[in-house]
This record gives sequence, C-alpha cells and structure tokens, in this order.
Amino acid sequence: MSVMPVVLWTDALIFALLACVLVLVWLIRRQEHLRAPWRVVAQRPMAMGAALVLSAFVAIGLLDSLHFRERLPDSPADAPQYSIDVLSVFDILVGDLRTQQEKTYSAPLAMQLYAKEFVQREGKTVREYPRLKFGGAHLQQEAERVPDITRRSLIGFAQGLALSLLVFGLLAAWQARCSKVSFGDWLAAWGEGRLDWPGRTVVFFVTLLLVLGSVLLHLAPAYHVFGTDKVGQDVLYISLKSIRTGLVIGTLTTLVTLPLAIGLGIAAGYFRGWIDDVIQYVYTVLNSIPGVLLIAAAVLIVQVYIESNPELFDTAARRADIRLLALCLIMGVTSWTGLARLLRGESLKLRTLDYVEAARAFGVSHARIISRHIFPNVFHLVLIAIVLDFSGLVLAEAVLSYVGVGVDPSMHSWGNMINGSRLELAREPVVWWQLGAAFAFMFTLVLAANLFADGVRDAFDPRQGIRR
Amino acid sequence: MKTLLSVDQLVTVFGHGDDTLRVVDGISFHVAAGETYALLGESGCGKSMTALSLMRLLPDGGRIAAGAVQLEGQDVLALPERDMRRVRGGGMAMIFQEPMLALNPVIKVGTQIAEALALHQQFAGQAAWGAARELLDSVGVPDAARRLESYPFELSGGLRQRVMIAMALAGKPRLLIADEPTTALDVTIQAQVLDVLRRLRAEQQMGMLLITHDLGVVAENADRVGVMYAGELVEEGARDAFFAAPKHPYSRMLFEALPRPGDGGRLTTIPGQVPGMDQTLHGCRFAPRCPYAIARCRSESPVWQELNGQRVRCHLAADLPARSERGLTAHAKSSQTNAPLLQVEGLKVHFPVRRGFFQRTVGHVRAVDDVSLSIQAGRTLALVGESGCGKTTVGKALLRLIEPTAGTVRLGGETIDARNAATLRRQAQMVFQDPFSSLNPRMRVGDILLEGMDALGVGVARDRRSAMTQLLRQVGLPDDAGARYPHAFSGGQRQRIAIARALAVSPRLVICDEPTSALDVSVQAQILNLLKDLQDSLGLAYLFITHNLAVVDYLAHDVAVMYLGRIVEQGSAAAVLRAPRHPYTQALVSAVPRIESTIGHDMIRLAGDQPSPLNPPQGCHFHPRCSHASEACRQTYPDPTRLENGHWVRCHWVAGQP
Repeated sequence: MSVMPVVLWTDALIFALLACVLVLVWLIRRQEHLRAPWRVVAQRPMAMGAALVLSAFVAIGLLDSLHFRERLPDSPADAPQYSIDVLSVFDILVGDLRTQQEKTYSAPLAMQLYAKEFVQREGKTVREYPRLKFGGAHLQQEAERVPDITRRSLIGFAQGLALSLLVFGLLAAWQARCSKVSFGDWLAAWGEGRLDWPGRTVVFFVTLLLVLGSVLLHLAPAYHVFGTDKVGQDVLYISLKSIRTGLVIGTLTTLVTLPLAIGLGIAAGYFRGWIDDVIQYVYTVLNSIPGVLLIAAAVLIVQVYIESNPELFDTAARRADIRLLALCLIMGVTSWTGLARLLRGESLKLRTLDYVEAARAFGVSHARIISRHIFPNVFHLVLIAIVLDFSGLVLAEAVLSYVGVGVDPSMHSWGNMINGSRLELAREPVVWWQLGAAFAFMFTLVLAANLFADGVRDAFDPRQGIRR
Repeated sequence: MKTLLSVDQLVTVFGHGDDTLRVVDGISFHVAAGETYALLGESGCGKSMTALSLMRLLPDGGRIAAGAVQLEGQDVLALPERDMRRVRGGGMAMIFQEPMLALNPVIKVGTQIAEALALHQQFAGQAAWGAARELLDSVGVPDAARRLESYPFELSGGLRQRVMIAMALAGKPRLLIADEPTTALDVTIQAQVLDVLRRLRAEQQMGMLLITHDLGVVAENADRVGVMYAGELVEEGARDAFFAAPKHPYSRMLFEALPRPGDGGRLTTIPGQVPGMDQTLHGCRFAPRCPYAIARCRSESPVWQELNGQRVRCHLAADLPARSERGLTAHAKSSQTNAPLLQVEGLKVHFPVRRGFFQRTVGHVRAVDDVSLSIQAGRTLALVGESGCGKTTVGKALLRLIEPTAGTVRLGGETIDARNAATLRRQAQMVFQDPFSSLNPRMRVGDILLEGMDALGVGVARDRRSAMTQLLRQVGLPDDAGARYPHAFSGGQRQRIAIARALAVSPRLVICDEPTSALDVSVQAQILNLLKDLQDSLGLAYLFITHNLAVVDYLAHDVAVMYLGRIVEQGSAAAVLRAPRHPYTQALVSAVPRIESTIGHDMIRLAGDQPSPLNPPQGCHFHPRCSHASEACRQTYPDPTRLENGHWVRCHWVAGQP
C-alpha cells in the first residue's frame, strides 16, 4: 500500500528543532566548560529519572509527527487518490486502538456501555446496558472479566520485567566492558551506588516504563483501558495523541520566544541609552495587555482567515495545524518579556566587567563582543528559562483550550479533553475517566519537566555552586 | 597576663569520607587579655576559617572535628547553641572585612547598634539610644547623635567600619576578632581605624585576634604573631623578635617578597602557590616551595621547636643561613630622557547627574578635572591616590573607554581623537585590577590572546598562533596554556594572561590599573618582577595606577599624586616619596604601615574623608582636612609651585615657604 507523506508546518519545525538540539549537543560535547554542568545534571537521580520519563513522552511525540496519507484502495494506479485522513506512524503502531470505536461513553476496562439502550433479546425489547463492540468482546459473560484482566496484567507485568532484566543485563555487560571491570564487580558497584551516574534510579525508571508499557500492550487490544469518550473513541488513544500537542506548544513557543528575548534583552542591556528605553517601553506595554485577550483575538483572526481561504488547506489536519502554529506564535510573542528583562539585567552587569572593557580597548566590534563575551555568559539563564517555561506552556494550553481559544476542537489535546468532560462531571453517575486521564498524563509530563528543570537550574546557576 | 582565649589542636574540616578537606589542621595558640595576637598568612591559608571556628559560625558543610577552645576557662565547643549565642557578641565579637556587607542597608545605624545592646545588656528605648551614642563616640565617629539616624549607605567606608566596631563592642566582649578589618579601606582611613582599635584594646583590656595578610599592619599593632600556612601554624613569636629575625623560611620569604622603600632590586618570589586544601600533603607543607628543602622535609612533618623564645615548625630552622640584606644599589631604573611618548593636556571627565522626570542635568561629577601628564618611552609614571579620586577614570579616558569631556591626548606625536582610535589601541593597552573578572570564563586563553590581534589586524593571520606561543613564554606560562580555560589558572597566572593579552598588539604604553592589589604578597612580587623585565626588554612605558605606595617606590620613575580629580603633586619618585611637600602626600606617605622599627615614625593623621567629587570644596579641595589651611586655601585653587628637577606642587602653604 503506497502512501503520500504529509509534512505539516509543526512537523517541519519540530524536526528542525530536533536537528538544532542535536547540533547543540554535538557542540556541547566538544567544550569542557559546557559539558561540565550537564555532567552534574546526569549525576542527579531525580533529574535522570525525570529525563527518562520525558524522553518516553518525546519519543511518542516524534513518532506522532511523521504524517502521511494512505492511498485509497480502489483508486487507479496512474492517478492515485489518497485518503483525506492524515495519519501518523504512531497511529500505525497502536494498531486498532484508533479504529475501535464504540457508540458512546464506557467506563475504563468495561465490557458494557455506560448508557442503557433498548436492545432486542430473544424477540423482546429490553432496556439494558448493551455489550461493547470491542471492549471485552471476546468474553462470554461478566464473571470472566476480572480474571481475564488480572491474567493479562500479570502476563504483561512478567514480560515487562523479563524485558527490563534483559536490557539491564546488556547494559551491565556493556558498562563492565567499557570500564574494564568484571561483570560481578560492576553489579556490586551498581548495587552500592558507587557508579559515577545514578545507576539504580535509571534502572528503576527503565523497568517502570517497560512494565507499564507492556501491561498496557496486553490490555489495550482487548479493553478500553481508560474507557471511551462521548463519541466512543478510546481515551487512552486520545491521551497519547495529545502528547504531541502538548510538546509542540511547549517547545515551538519557546522557539518563537528565544530570538526576541535574547536579541532584545541583550541589546537593551548592552547598548543602554535610547535603545534600552525603546525596548523597555515595548515590553512594558506588551506586559500590560491581558494575555488571554490578545491570544483570543489572534486565534479568532486565524480562524476567520482559514474559513475564508478553504482552498489553501486540503485536509482538516492542515487547518488544525495552522491554528496550533498560530497559537504557538502568539503565545511566543506575548511571553518573551520575562526572559528579556532577566537578560537585560545580566547584560547590564556583564558590560561593566573588565573583560568586556578589555575587548573594547582592542576596538572589538559590538556584534563580536555580544556574540563572544555577553551571549556565552548569559546562556545558562536562557537554558534555565527554556526548561522552566516548558511546563508552564503545557498548562497554559490546557487552560486556553478550556476557555475555547486554544487549539482546534478537532485536534486531540488535554485541554480539549478537559473541556469535553466539563459538562459530564455534573451527570450522575459521573464520567470521570476522561478528566482523570488528561490529568494523569499532564501531571506526569509537567512533573517530569519540573524535576528536570530543577536539576538543570541547580547545575547551571552559579549561586548554587558553593553548596555542591 | 591572664590567658583569655586558648585554642588547642583545633581541626576544622569540610565534607565527609574521602572528600574531607582539612581547612584548619591542628592549630594551637592563646591570647591574653589586653594583648593583640596577629594571625598572618596569604589567602587560602585558613585564617578566616580559624576565626569562624572560634565563633562556631562555620558555613554549611564545615565542622570542628577535633580540638578545644576555651574562653576564660569555659569550653566554647561544648556549649549548647542557646548559650553560644550569648558568647557571640558577649564573650567574643567579630569585625568583618567588608563593612557594607555586614550592615543591613535598610535599617538605621542606631537601630542596629541598639539591637545588639538590647541583646547583650538589656538596654531598651532611650537608654539603648544613649548607649549607642556613647559607643559611636568611643570609636571616634564625629557628630554621633546625628549618625545614629543615618542609613549605612550614607556613611563612608571608614565610618561604616567604625559602626561595625561599635556594634561589636556593644556586648562588652572580652575578645575581639578582627578579620582583615582594614583591607577594604584606604591607607589614611586604615590608619584611623587601626588607631581606634589600639585605643579601645588598651582602655577595655580586651584581647584581640587580628587576622591579616599585611605585614605592615602586624608590625604596628600586634604583640605576638602567628604565621599560618596551608591550615597549619608554622611560626609563632613576639612581634619584635619575629620582625628582627623570622625563623621559618616561609616567613622570611614573605619579608623578602615585599617591596620596600628605597629598594630597586629584584624581589624574591616564592615559586608556586599555596597548596589547595584538597591535596594530600606529606611532610612539611611548605617543602614544595622551599628553596632549602631537604629529603626529610618531604617525608616527615616537622614538630615545634623553640629558638630564642620563638617557636617554629621547621627541620632546618636552626641551620638556615643568615638573611642576606638585599642590595640597595641594584637600582635598575633606567634614567635616560627621551621625547615624551604620551602627552595629556587638560584632560577632563565629567559625568552628568540627571534628576527628575525629564532627566535634566542638574550637575556634574567632576571625576577628572584638568589633569596633565606626560610619560617617556621606557619609563613608569605612577598615578597615586585613594579610592574615588578618579585615577582609574584617567586610565580609561586615555584609552577612550570613557569619552573624555575635554583635553588633548598626544601619543607618539600624534593627536588622538575619535577618528584615529585604532592607532591608539595598537599603541596603548590596559591591564585590569581583578584577574578574575578581566578574563572571559567561557573563552580559551588562546582565543583571549588572539582577540586583540584579530580585532586590530596585527600581523598575518597565520603567524598569530606562533605569536601567541611566544607571548605565553614571555610572561612565563606553559606553551599548552592556550588550549585551557581561565578557571584552570590561579590569580597570579591569570594576571600573567591579562598582561600577555595587553602585549599581544605590541603596545608602547601599558596602563596598569592596580594590577597587584588583588594578589598575595608572594604573587605580587612575581608580577612586579615580570612587569619590570618586560619594561627592560621591550622598552614599554607604564602608567601605573595604584594606592600602594610601596609598589610605587619599587617600580616607578615618576609619581603623580591625585586628590579629588586633580593632580596635587608630581615629580620623580625619589623626590615625591622621600621628601613630599604637599600636606596630602605627606599624610599619605606617613600613613603606610611600616615593618621597620616604628620608633620615631611620626604619623600625620588626616581627619575625615575625601569629599564627594559632585560637590568639591571651594578653593583648594584639600583644605577641610589640611592642618596648614589658611584663608587663601579656602578661596582659590592654588597654582603649581615649581620646585627643583621638575617636581611641582599645588599648595598655597608650600608656595608661601621660602
């Protein structure tokens, strides 16, 4: 089956960002003074655990960013026609999770719908909870459900454990070989925490992730692990798809923020005088406009533009994507002021230092002084700001979508999930799983990001240096 | 005399297990009531840590691992924290180095002193205020009643340090610990503060533990001296005996590394630097830097031995050769006179003071006001003055790092203005005071050196690498230094890098802004020798900006003394320093603590502080502090009075003398 790759705007930017990060990593590896703080981060158990969880999220997000359209099976070979559904590699990997759609709500791991219906049974019309089309469809009766779930979970747990043991064995063998000690010695060093990296924490988190993944893998094909939503879609699937949205908002917004914050912040602090005045006025004015108002207006403009130019967007995915990008842009434009103010203050301090004076005594140009003397010395602040802002932005998306000015309603996002479950919270019995799943995923991602940010800040903040 | 404080085998460590750093390693000494005991040593020797251990105020991670501290027979280390609070301030009090950091900037001085009084003497309200005024009076703060209402930022450095002393005295302590009490102050103010401390000690029969790196301060204030090196005491003795004949090689080399008046020979340097606390040390800790070291020194730690009343820890103390006096004849200052390389006429730098909503200019800070200088190739002009007199501004204005308000600068016969600044930058360069802030921590040493050559296009690009290696050798750094980052180097080595950076564009004039004031004595000697060698081999001219008169005497051919933005006296180094004519210069020269016998040394004491350059006094700027001031001094600024050999003074009093 042939496919047509689709590159959405956000896909392109995400992979561009990935390339930038890889280049940066390569540069950092070559420079001792840049590598040293990262080594400190790598020695912190909490930061490493958080980094592993984050990388699981990022992996899902990246797989979900490889988009394509399937060719319609009955289209002619010389003029192929493609489905209007834009899919991603991630959709293929999760298999039937996407297509196993029920009628409406069903509870997590249930085999019946959450709403009574009239069904025909033995010639009579009965009002009861009908069986689900996919969830627990292989079971004969309700009594088999719990044992089946337990069995599947245990198998998943055992397989996950076995897999992580295998991974651990390979890791141990490789590490023992690298550090030229015997396998047993390395295990002993690992057990007593004598390694120069937090071995026990890393192994614990890898095991945790593998076991969790494996249990889900065994349960998901037969049940809706987190239940289904109003239109019967699997909530686990929606939650996983929402990861990409969260990551895009968290990272691309920063990408917009950075040039503004770095450029204007350093320029204001370094040149002072009227340049400083102008930049300060701009960000003071920008700061005093209510952010939500600005974002709502911008999103509305984009919405109108999309609707008046339907010929520019061939699929629904493209429409949703351009709105997501617009949201990133406008959030970036409104949120650079904090970092810029910080960088201005730091540049004000740096420009009076003797090494900048020495450079000026040589007649070194302003551009060179900024790029060689000022920027490298404020870079740690930029880095700390990026990781700290990330979690804030993910949460902001949820709030904006809840208010209705966030991402496109057709796009999977945690904010939309929360928005969708808002009314259902009032019904009796309550539909809690949609909100619960969004909460659990967002909480994990933001907590991991915050813990990682803590580690980064501790390693890069010079004021913390004494206590280590 | 009754022993007040006795310290026995005190060990202070940081960290645990394998990472333990022994910052203070088994030191023992005692201080009697009414006595000043000086702890002398270079930075990183553990002096301050000793003081903080006594107060039990160690920073996080530090702890006292062994030893005993007794204050008037009471075991300080065994006290619970609650009782210890009474000992701090009541039993012993501490004065810190930086008075601005030790006072709370948002609380009135009076309230801060009254707080200490309330804690230790249960004074309250009006009584506390009155007692605070008496305390300020006793430390010689003029107009004490008004000063109680001031905030710390309204006071000058010297006054702040006196307020600190007053606060320390509030609990009537038996022991006063002074940790570098005058290092941040100017010499004339230092003399005032040390005076106060001496008087108070005598009046109240306090014991005093004086921590300093300055041999001069020790010589004038201490009764007994203990020399610390790498966490250990290495020598101890009465002041006179110690200064007459130091026994430990380290003490002896400290003396020899010190530039002294009338002495132009090479300074003895102590190779290397104080070992870091993280190194494992075997045998005598000084052995790696000691020229006399024998095999035994490296394996066996020396024990205390007594020599003519002095105690010393050295295997060889009894057999060391007698100290050779440095020859005073080796005066290598070249004296040929050429056409001037740098000529400055009427240089002025005024900073506008802006106030109000529209930022109107309401006045000018006359940082530099009509300064004229000239320097010949291969010679050194020292610009001397206290902090705030505008000497650094002169240096920066010459390089146009600060745009001068008026005046002409001629360099090598060419008038420098904004258009031909590049010419200036190839011919004149600067070495800064603080070697830690003058090198970008994110750049390799090689890139730092190449920056100037690249910016000014010196030589061909491919030759610059080899020029860099040449430079590193010239300033005595290893060839591979170029690939490393500044943090891998010590303070002295960093200053060498800074000098190499200035030399990279082959300048003819180097402006040295206090290049040794952030360095230890032994390292200072290395840098001064290097500067001198470079002058001899490259024919450099130096404008040497400093407040340290001993260094001036060692290095400079000519001296210009600055006060409040103007030069008040200028002439050859010998004339200005040996026979100063201006009352200010006389006070400055006499305020420098001397390590030679202090008998017959009559110090001229200056009252008050340097006025603000925003609002200089009418007439001669110096008249409010001058004991010779007359009516003419209050009315008009004096014109130069020419004396012999190009020596001139701006003073009505000198002009009036025959």
